[in-house]
Amino acid sequence: MAYVAVKGGTIAIEESIKRLKYERLRKREILSVKEIEAGMRGLIDQVMSESSLYSEELAAISIKQGEGNPEESVFLLRAYRSTLPRKHYSRVVNSEDMIVERRISASFKDIPGGQTLGSSYDYTHRLIDFDLINEKIEDALEWLERFEMETDEKKDNVHGGKMPKVLDYLRSEGLVLDCRENNKEPKDVTKKSIEFPTERSERLQVLTRGQTGSVTTLGYAALRGYGALHPTVGELRIGNLPIYVDNPLNDSKDDEDSFYIGEIRVTEVETLIPIPIEKERGKTELEFEIGYGMCYGQNETKAIAMSILDYCLETGNPKYSTHDEEFVLLHIDSVEATGFISHLKLPHYVTFQSKLDSVRKTKKGE
Amino acid sequence: MTTRYNFAFFDEGSKREIRRATLKAIAIPGYQVPFASREMPIARGWGTGGLQLTLSLVGKEDVIKIIDQGSDESVNAVNIKKLVTKTTGIQETHNTTEATIIQSRHRIPEIPLKEGQILVLQVPIPEPLRYVEPSEYITKRLHADKEYSGAWLMLFEQIMKYGNMSTGADHPVSVNERYVMAPSPIPRFDNGKMNSSNALILLGAGREKKIYAIPPYTKVVSLAFEDYPFEVESFEDKRCRICGGKAVFMDELIDEKTGEKYYQCNDSSYCLEKLKSELSA
Amino acid sequence: MERFEKPVLIVKNLRKQFGHGCGECEALESDKLKKNYCPVCGTVYGCQDVSFEVYPGEILGVVGESGSGKSTMMKCLYFDENVTCGEAYINTYKNGESNVFEESSQQKRYIRNNLLGKVYQNPILGLKMDFSSIGNIAEKLIAAGSRRVGEMEERGRQLLEHVNIPVFRIKEEVKNFSGGMQQRVQIAKALSNNPPLLLLDEVTTGLDLSVQANVLDLIKEIQHELGISMIVVSHDLGVIRMLADRTIVMLNGRIIEQGLTDQILEDPQHPYTQQLVHSLL
Repeated sequence: MAYVAVKGGTIAIEESIKRLKYERLRKREILSVKEIEAGMRGLIDQVMSESSLYSEELAAISIKQGEGNPEESVFLLRAYRSTLPRKHYSRVVNSEDMIVERRISASFKDIPGGQTLGSSYDYTHRLIDFDLINEKIEDALEWLERFEMETDEKKDNVHGGKMPKVLDYLRSEGLVLDCRENNKEPKDVTKKSIEFPTERSERLQVLTRGQTGSVTTLGYAALRGYGALHPTVGELRIGNLPIYVDNPLNDSKDDEDSFYIGEIRVTEVETLIPIPIEKERGKTELEFEIGYGMCYGQNETKAIAMSILDYCLETGNPKYSTHDEEFVLLHIDSVEATGFISHLKLPHYVTFQSKLDSVRKTKKGE
Repeated sequence: MTTRYNFAFFDEGSKREIRRATLKAIAIPGYQVPFASREMPIARGWGTGGLQLTLSLVGKEDVIKIIDQGSDESVNAVNIKKLVTKTTGIQETHNTTEATIIQSRHRIPEIPLKEGQILVLQVPIPEPLRYVEPSEYITKRLHADKEYSGAWLMLFEQIMKYGNMSTGADHPVSVNERYVMAPSPIPRFDNGKMNSSNALILLGAGREKKIYAIPPYTKVVSLAFEDYPFEVESFEDKRCRICGGKAVFMDELIDEKTGEKYYQCNDSSYCLEKLKSELSA
Repeated sequence: MERFEKPVLIVKNLRKQFGHGCGECEALESDKLKKNYCPVCGTVYGCQDVSFEVYPGEILGVVGESGSGKSTMMKCLYFDENVTCGEAYINTYKNGESNVFEESSQQKRYIRNNLLGKVYQNPILGLKMDFSSIGNIAEKLIAAGSRRVGEMEERGRQLLEHVNIPVFRIKEEVKNFSGGMQQRVQIAKALSNNPPLLLLDEVTTGLDLSVQANVLDLIKEIQHELGISMIVVSHDLGVIRMLADRTIVMLNGRIIEQGLTDQILEDPQHPYTQQLVHSLL
């Protein structure tokens, strides 16, 4: 009976939580956090990116606790993130400093530095590998040893390390408008809530925190028909970025005096969108505009979709909701969307009773 | 890796930021102050706005009461209460008079609040004009211009269609003759309790990232036309089956055995208090 | 033109540009512009330098080809667009001594809601399609401060009857209405608060001939009965001939000729006007 459901809550909750634990353990196997960290890179990257918190270990714990449900894991990490004081801000990070592992361009075959396929699912056949059922650790270790020996031999002729950016090449050719560096402190949407119209830094932050599926879906919609867009991936690169903070003990802001605090692995995408630009004296030229995407971890589809949406929101177009910043930015957050939808499970007895009263009144009025 | 949480979950910096927004809200009654709503250990839409207010305000001496739909013992109320007491160790109560902070979803307690108490209401949609205008950019301007025809028109159309204003809960109010405000989905029955309230009323919308307030003794009027006055839910000649109480907001229930309809106080702690005082008398 | 009456509306040097302008074009020497377009920076001057007056009870016609700046001017007068520069004075607002273009957006809303009415070419801009026709009229009345449902309903019925909307359809959503009906609802809405000045922007364009005649008759009738001043914009000289006492001819964002309508029709001075008048014959 309905009323019972809202009374005696304490015991009900305790029992429900026990039940949840039972579901996690009933098959009598325990996943270690290490195993998750080692074997669930895709999920870890997705969870870190949506949580906007870079910690593989915390992500792995959250994944374990949430039984692999990304919605739940992101929720846990975000809530944890709320409790962390912001002690330092990093120095400006330049993506030219990336230690590149994978880097491709769909625009130019011959990019300075060459294309590096790196690790990618793109050219795998999606056939289930049934050998994985009985994968043995000894075999794995042996394979690893051989692989590492091979790569050591090749190392000399592989571009380990930094690579020039494709966009710089296009700029030097005059195909992309040169733009000034903007080192203005970005707005942080987790410190101050967004107000419309937004700044680009806010948009990029909301997009990179967006739920992978939502960002992909809206990017796809903009590409397919709900946004007149024909982008090409100028450069997609994945690799590690070193992070430095200024010496907190003095204000020198000196390169020499800053501290290296670690690296983050990111996916960065710059898409090129050809746009007619009106020049002086009524001339029109085609130029490339840029959409930008960057996500924690290897999240290629999301980063490309993000770059499309970045461009959409930058231009705005009342015809398409994919270009409407309120529509996009207010609905793609995992924690917000899942929270509000799931709140429909909460009792609404009072509101319903109130509506009932109105309904009866209108019936009486007839 | 082991971690401990700070008193009341948040770091002190975050609490201070939320309090700053709260102060601004009190200074401009009924105005929705944007704030950097944090992700909480409970889901967005489940009371994170109210919870952030409570956690930013709570001190070691506070006594907290948390209710959901009028009930201290509903699962969601218990869940939020658990989080507050777990991260603060403060005392909780069911007794409305005893509490210093009362966090509630969709009800204002039947027992009149007193000076010094704070009522925190959880808000799902803080924008009273949202159903007329989807864009935040535009509604913000409508508030600035005090342009509320949209809200009135909605009520007018209801009268044309149904012969009456057919709002359920969340009937819009005008605060201090300036801002039109969503009182959160409290029943119309509770709207009057906001007017010239002895207690401070704070409203928090976590997902929508807004805090707004009604300071004590502020004029709060439910929107209504001169010839179609505001009406609350009617429980005329209904009596609570448990305590015999009347003139309070009732839950409508069906007796499973007899199939008969009966009524019961929605505010469970009011009902219990009444019963207790009658027994001791 | 000598008149002893005080104008209802005075507009001085209204300019509306789209684009930043540059050293070449900002001075507005006509030889630098190609029509209303600056070939150097691409700025379009919707209205370059428009000045005129409207007197009590008169219909001022504005004629010109599409792109001549008529609609831009009307948008500026109804605050749908902000002017780049210029002045406008309404004699019923602050005694006609305050430049309304420089008022706050709150004041501009007041002026729109109380002192002006506008009928758009496209009814989507002037009506809320999902609301009833009576609701649409009430919106304007609510915005002007009315809070009595009975009065608004009465006034709405009167007006809708006046514009030939059948009484049994007044609670129907206007999106179900034909184009001519929607236009008549718009006119009723614009008239609802008895504005001293009514702005009509290509109100018959796109309607079929019999409906056009019907709407034009209605406008004349209203003007005759209520003596409201109107600005009637049309690219169709026929419409202007039928309605306007005085006429302004616009080309490339400028007024090139103005005078009594008869005079302009019989003895046009500017070559463009001559061409226009000839095409009518």
